[in-house]
Amino acid sequence: MNEPDVRDFNLVDLLSAPQTEAARQMRICNACRYCEGLCAVFPAMEQRLTFGGADVDYLSNLCHNCGACYQACQYGPPHEFAINVPQAMADLRQESYERYVWPASFAGLLARNGLWLGIASALATALFLIGLVIWHQPGALFSAYTGPGAFYDLIPHGVLVIIFGLLLGYAVLAMGLSVRRFWLASARIPKLAAGAAGQAIHDAATLKYLDGGGPGCMTEDARPDDKRRFYHHAAAYGFLLCLASTSLATICHYLGSEAPYPVWHPVVILGVVGGVGLIVGPLGLLIGRGWRANARQAQAGSDIGLTFIVMLLATSTSGLALLALRSTPAMGTVLALHLGIVAALFASMPYGKFVHGLHRLATLLRHAHEQRTKMV
Amino acid sequence: MRVPAFDSSIPDVLIAGGGNAALCAAIVAARAGAQVLLVERAPKSYRGGNTRHTRNMRVAHDAANEILTGPYPVAEFWDDLLRVTKGRTNEELAQLTLEQSSELWDFLWAQGVRYQPSLGGTLSLGRTNAFFLGGGRTMLNALYHTAEDLGVAIRYDTTLVDLAIHDGHFEHAVLEHDGQRETVPAQSFIAASGGFEANLEWLIEAWGPAARNFIIRGTPYNRGEVLRLLLDAGVAQVADAKQGHAVAIDGRAPKFDGGIVTRLDCVPFGIVLNNHAERFYDEGEDFWPKRYAIWGRLVADQPDQVGHVIIDEKSIRLFMPSVFDPVTADTIEELATQIGLDPEAVRASIDAFNTACQPGHFDHTTHDDCATEGLTPPKSHWARPIDTPPFYAYTLRPGITFTYLGVQVDRQARMQMANGQPADNLYAAGEIMAGNVLGEGYLAGIGMTIGSVFGRLAGASAAEHRSQR
Ligand SMILES: Cc1cc2nc3c(=O)[nH]c(=O)nc-3n(C[C@H](O)[C@H](O)[C@H](O)COP(=O)(O)OP(=O)(O)OC[C@H]3O[C@@H](n4cnc5c(N)ncnc54)[C@H](O)[C@@H]3O)c2cc1C
Ligand code: SF4
Ligand code: SF4
Repeated sequence: MNEPDVRDFNLVDLLSAPQTEAARQMRICNACRYCEGLCAVFPAMEQRLTFGGADVDYLSNLCHNCGACYQACQYGPPHEFAINVPQAMADLRQESYERYVWPASFAGLLARNGLWLGIASALATALFLIGLVIWHQPGALFSAYTGPGAFYDLIPHGVLVIIFGLLLGYAVLAMGLSVRRFWLASARIPKLAAGAAGQAIHDAATLKYLDGGGPGCMTEDARPDDKRRFYHHAAAYGFLLCLASTSLATICHYLGSEAPYPVWHPVVILGVVGGVGLIVGPLGLLIGRGWRANARQAQAGSDIGLTFIVMLLATSTSGLALLALRSTPAMGTVLALHLGIVAALFASMPYGKFVHGLHRLATLLRHAHEQRTKMV
Repeated sequence: MRVPAFDSSIPDVLIAGGGNAALCAAIVAARAGAQVLLVERAPKSYRGGNTRHTRNMRVAHDAANEILTGPYPVAEFWDDLLRVTKGRTNEELAQLTLEQSSELWDFLWAQGVRYQPSLGGTLSLGRTNAFFLGGGRTMLNALYHTAEDLGVAIRYDTTLVDLAIHDGHFEHAVLEHDGQRETVPAQSFIAASGGFEANLEWLIEAWGPAARNFIIRGTPYNRGEVLRLLLDAGVAQVADAKQGHAVAIDGRAPKFDGGIVTRLDCVPFGIVLNNHAERFYDEGEDFWPKRYAIWGRLVADQPDQVGHVIIDEKSIRLFMPSVFDPVTADTIEELATQIGLDPEAVRASIDAFNTACQPGHFDHTTHDDCATEGLTPPKSHWARPIDTPPFYAYTLRPGITFTYLGVQVDRQARMQMANGQPADNLYAAGEIMAGNVLGEGYLAGIGMTIGSVFGRLAGASAAEHRSQR
């Protein structure tokens, strides 16, 4: 078997400081290799002959910041080699989201993401409230509504479908185009290896690599546990269940059954279970971030992960509040708030941490392909 | 940091050291019910001595398992050990080590240590050596967690600076933390504080002034004071001060703690010149993994303790490179100037070598037939003229891994006194007693084996000592 050649680390081609730093560290890792069994990053690194910009972008998205290699490293700070792979990867990852964003001129949104999101949700909420008030008599917003079609008395179903359809449509398009840019820059694979897609989906769906090579994610004192995987599952599947609930509601509407639905209705059950997941998951992740060593968070740019977690929490809490308060006079205000937050979430999806899911899936796909063909 | 309250109660077992040997001893003693105080000189982030640089442990086993690729019976292990030590080993203790090594896989697993297949570039060890998932530091983290859970009191940044021992009986130790000294008595004492490899003065005493230029591959904390205190208190000595594990590594490695990444595997593909631009040993005698340990000594014997490997474009991709870039030039003369050698002398050595190279079929995976003729010293394999630019140079320096001079122990890891009597309550494990098994030579992975086997024995004996009272 040919040993890879680290002399080919292509430092000249590397443009940014995070990329140069990652390449410096990888060169040491490649001579060490103790972390080979911890995750997919290290085997992928060893297969690489050159480390051009797109290659390190790919590697950075293969890292999910479990911290296992940080705790494993005999060269971690204060050692003069100053190896901190999770942090180098986090910086690069953040940069890679910006590099491939569509349209490219929106890259700044990622850098100033937190601020932007706050403004967007506030604006959207305000717009909804104003819209509702204009639509109705001002007093109507604050009276109690019950019975079928109650939500849509306040805001017609057609209007909701158009607004959210457009927002979601744009988000899907923008994210699709940016993940395509990422894919084309880092992988030109004419024909995927058989089974690669299945493996990638499996690895993503089970968060296979979120276990630090077996014992789980790292916490502050280097004791691995499985909590981060649990909370991430809760958040991700909670989000999907909420999406399913909303889609089902739309279908039901066209079939003639109107919201609000009784508590036993699948729309409500999916929504409640999803909503709870979407509260427990982000909360757990939020607390876990505090535990995890600060040393491993991205240093550059705004903390898009934090913003995203807060947005998810806001979505779920406002959604569940809406369920609880739906037959009270507060319903109108809570509805507007919830819709505003969801609108902001959708609009910001292509320019926030949400893209990590797609980048990661693309990365796992490429990884599955490479592992099957070992052609690099 | 946890500050254990030992003011009121005397620990049963005091352990000096924070590496593999110390942790194995602490865990076994604590499991046997002993109250254990472990003192580690390093701060927490640097805890674990040389163990943090390790990657594997050699273990005997009768059958392959999910990771080890085939059986490695005790008998074969023994043959290997006899070969590398040229018989300079205490047969009784060596046999004991090898037999007990077969329990280590399960023992360490039970303490939370996990394994992985042999790393890229080390396939030859896949059958004999258990590689730790995430390397030695991850392995140590697991041991520390287990020890903490068992109630072992751990003090970092704490150095054992003095021992009160009378007629083989340990009374107390003096510990230093933050400039403050404290006397700590205990029922028994385990020395697991490594060799003296990081003590340049002691190395110079043993090796002469040449040792000034040695690079210490591992921890800067193994300075051997505990060893010296023990020998001064009348404990019997094993192995001599010049014995140890030393390899040739990249000369640009940091003085301490450079670890594994500074290794350099290119010697068999080129020639090695000393500072007088002369060759001094057969670079192609055998495969590098079988020869890298003798090159530490060879380079140590050269002027200024330095060697220069010179290779050309044909060979640059044949080995795992060091983490440092080679010096590169388009002509031999230019290369010589860059590395500070006399260009004409280097040219002459290269020409002599090139003319002596006989035609053959180059194959770096076998002992090929590319050899020199009429050259002293010869190059027996992989000899190809150095004629294709660009030319590359790497600097070699002796890198010391660990020393063998130690305290003599018995089957219970109990120290033996120079007067032939066993010590009362003194035990040792790891590098500080490795010389009982390794009189000279080395087998990859046996350092950790010795540490774990004797760590367990010492922990059990020390706990036993307490219950006998
Ligand atoms: C780069 C490198 C790679 C290696 N790779 C391997 C390998 O893969 N496999 C293998 O088997 N061996 C390997 N070795 C050898 C191996 O590291 C040792 O044999 C083994 O770790 C020894 O364990 P130990 O517990 O005796 O010593 P150490 O792990 O060195 O522990 C000694 C401890 O004592 C502490 N100490 C020293 N003095 C004092 C004092 N006065 N007071 C308090 N504490 C003190 C130190 O801080 C340290 O924590 C390697 C060594 C190096 C340098
Ligand atoms: S992170 Fe550290 S221990 Fe892991 S491969 Fe890199 S250099 Fe080695
Ligand atoms: S942090 Fe985890 S996923 Fe990232 S490189 Fe290290 S071990 Fe791999």
